[in-house]
Amino acid sequence: MTDTQTPAAEAPVSWQSRLTGGVPLTTWLRERGVYIALLVLVLYNIVATPNFVTLDTIQLLFSQLPPVIIVSLGMALVIGTGGVDLSVGTTMAIASAVLAKMVIAPDQGGFGASIAVAIIVAVLAGLAVGIFNGVVVAVARVQPIVATLGVLVAGRGIALVITGGALVELFVPFFKEIRLGKLFGIPYVMIVAAVLALIVSFLVRRSAFGYRLLAIGGNRRASVLAGLPVKRTLITVYALSGTLAAVAGVIATARLRASDPSYIGLLFELSAITAVVVGGTALTGGRVRILGTVAGAVLIQLLETTLVSHNAPDSVARIVEAIIIIAAVYIQRTSRRSR
Amino acid sequence: MTTTVEPPILAVTSASKRFAGVRALEDVSIDLYAGSVHALVGENGAGKSTLIKLITGVHQLDSGQVRLRGEEVSFPSPRTAQQAGIATIYQEVHLAPQLSVARNFFLGREPTRFGSLDLRRMNREAQTALERYGIVADVRRPLGELGLGVQQMVAIARAVSADAGVVIMDEPTSSLEPREVDRLLDVVALLKAQNVAIVYVSHKLDEVFRACDMVTVLRDGRLVSTGATAELTRRQLIARMLGRDAAEISEGNVTRLSSRASAVDAEPVLRAEHLSRRLVLDDVSVVVRPGEVVGLAGLLGSGRSETAKAVFGALPLDSGSIEVDGKPLRHQTPASRIRQRVAMLPEDRKAEGIIPGMSIRDNIGLAALPQLTRAGLVSRRRVDDIVQTFVKRLRIKASSLNQKVSELSGGNQQKVLLARLLCLNPRVLLLDEPTRGIDVGAKAEVQALIAELAEKGMAVVLISSELEEVVEGSDTVVVLRDGAQLGELVGAEITEDRIMDLIADAASEQAAEESPEEQAVPKP
Repeated sequence: MTDTQTPAAEAPVSWQSRLTGGVPLTTWLRERGVYIALLVLVLYNIVATPNFVTLDTIQLLFSQLPPVIIVSLGMALVIGTGGVDLSVGTTMAIASAVLAKMVIAPDQGGFGASIAVAIIVAVLAGLAVGIFNGVVVAVARVQPIVATLGVLVAGRGIALVITGGALVELFVPFFKEIRLGKLFGIPYVMIVAAVLALIVSFLVRRSAFGYRLLAIGGNRRASVLAGLPVKRTLITVYALSGTLAAVAGVIATARLRASDPSYIGLLFELSAITAVVVGGTALTGGRVRILGTVAGAVLIQLLETTLVSHNAPDSVARIVEAIIIIAAVYIQRTSRRSR
Repeated sequence: MTTTVEPPILAVTSASKRFAGVRALEDVSIDLYAGSVHALVGENGAGKSTLIKLITGVHQLDSGQVRLRGEEVSFPSPRTAQQAGIATIYQEVHLAPQLSVARNFFLGREPTRFGSLDLRRMNREAQTALERYGIVADVRRPLGELGLGVQQMVAIARAVSADAGVVIMDEPTSSLEPREVDRLLDVVALLKAQNVAIVYVSHKLDEVFRACDMVTVLRDGRLVSTGATAELTRRQLIARMLGRDAAEISEGNVTRLSSRASAVDAEPVLRAEHLSRRLVLDDVSVVVRPGEVVGLAGLLGSGRSETAKAVFGALPLDSGSIEVDGKPLRHQTPASRIRQRVAMLPEDRKAEGIIPGMSIRDNIGLAALPQLTRAGLVSRRRVDDIVQTFVKRLRIKASSLNQKVSELSGGNQQKVLLARLLCLNPRVLLLDEPTRGIDVGAKAEVQALIAELAEKGMAVVLISSELEEVVEGSDTVVVLRDGAQLGELVGAEITEDRIMDLIADAASEQAAEESPEEQAVPKP
């Protein structure tokens, strides 16, 4: 750099700026709030929840977490472009239904495919849903919230049609592997989630795709004029979100040992959006935090576990979740204004 | 007249402000008197906006004090400053375009009757208030349907009707046409007569000398001088803004570029012909040879930006042909133009140029991404190399390459955008208002850069709302009006007078065409 302005520090340093290293408090909170909240929640549980620090609790958490984390990764990318994907929950249900249809024996109306083929087709179904969303958003230029709302509304109907209208129990040996399989004591699914998180994080930080995604989220018009392939990038982003949702759908199906179109992925869009926003990704687009998103997903899941172990009904968990979203968005807003 | 005996309405004393350790304002004092217009000038990054934001409660002082009518005040928010009688008119109109003029006028303080909006009263009072400023408009129409100038007046009328003692205008004329500027200055005079203290921020020195009693010059966050405008010459003022010796700046400011004789025989790089789009462009042709600067002159809405956008593929055409180096261009998208090494600097820096949340590095590397990527991964080293080169060459001032571009001054943001284009090593450079809203120093640098690029054989299309800039910077000037081409001036023909004559002639011809007798004649 040629002209470097020298930041001098003659101004009196307040306790607050000493804590945050000179960054405005709200900005500091936006970047680190999710980790602090997570820490507080863990400490609270250690003190207040009986038997929290047991292997069982952690195992349970590890088995519940992967679907939320995986869906949130795709959601983070979509929100990074300034959009939102409301269809992730129903995409999980569609993938689950497709999975069921594929593995069921031909005499019971299925295709009797091997589990490997079934999983691939289920994931491709998610990809197709994602591409559909992406095209509606990027080419038809429908607002993301409206475009993906269509699939949210119609998706469970589609899933029900695929499975023939009801819960389908599935007896697949491989599901036991997915549920219980471990490598060095860590469940397979957790490893899958972690690897996917690393890949997505790498994409955001280092790839031209991630770069374009952030530029489009930051200023779509400017991105067009800078010659970026805006439509292709947007379609890719939604396609990734759909694909990741389908992976989560497969895992959820394995856990349930059944395909239940009216239950699988229910309200996952809410949890994913919460995880993403709490993790410091800007709802307005242009800033994506993958590690924050994972922490956000853990926070949401741990919160639900905590409330359940204190015998609070599920609806209470939703209310708390909503409060957290509002708080996170509030912190984002104030820190932007103070700039 | 300036009042020196009366105490000031608003006095700022030794104001200092830092952002993340970087000095934005240091020990600046300014006194505002009733019935006086006080110009605030300085380059971008001089601290003008910071000073205004301290007065209007957007930011809070680190040290120093603000006294309003002798009492020390501290505004925690813009609203409290407003309630204390400090009205601000921003560069961009911050109103609701889809609401009616009257609704905008009363936005946030609507009169109600039996709990519902008293529309009749709103319309009546808004009409009266606007007429005081010489605005004749149907107040029931949506604000967005009116011209920018009128919208600006509505914003002023609205701000000032709230018993304002101090009115701050932040570059109020930056998007106005000359006629609208005159009207705005009339309003300034009117406010002055009503004993309001006015702060007038502008880059346009003409306006400063025409309308302002006092002028304060800021540079790098410090006060350079403050005093009566009448005691300063234009040259002294420019010198103080730039911090150079007055003698160094010639009266003409920009030297006439030497005409590049070699350009005349060379094959054109850009040949854009018969560009047409319904209601926007009507048979406009622009031909640029290597090393040539072709200026597009015309008023706002004449089709100058639209011509550039059409050449860049950002505005679909109904008909016309565009060739670069003899190769016809088909796909009408900016991405395909960039591949053909055509680059455009958009008119609206904020909305169409910068990615505010991204760093300087990422903003510069954006368009050249394909060249900096291998197997889908961005090479940090190559990005850094190219970014460093242009940051040095364009002398972009920043604390680091990781600094967000939104934190830079307008002039440096513009340089970042220019760097983004130059990374592409373009053959054709379309520059839409390259010096709008940037300070005098950066302006001279950008103008010199344009000349230098042309000298190296680039084909440049230059658009500017400042006629002087077009006249001095161009080898050929295409004059436009209402989307149609009026004529082309070359070399010595290019003068401000000739261009204005062309536009004025066209206007009178058009008036004749629209007369009833002409219209009665059926056209074959």
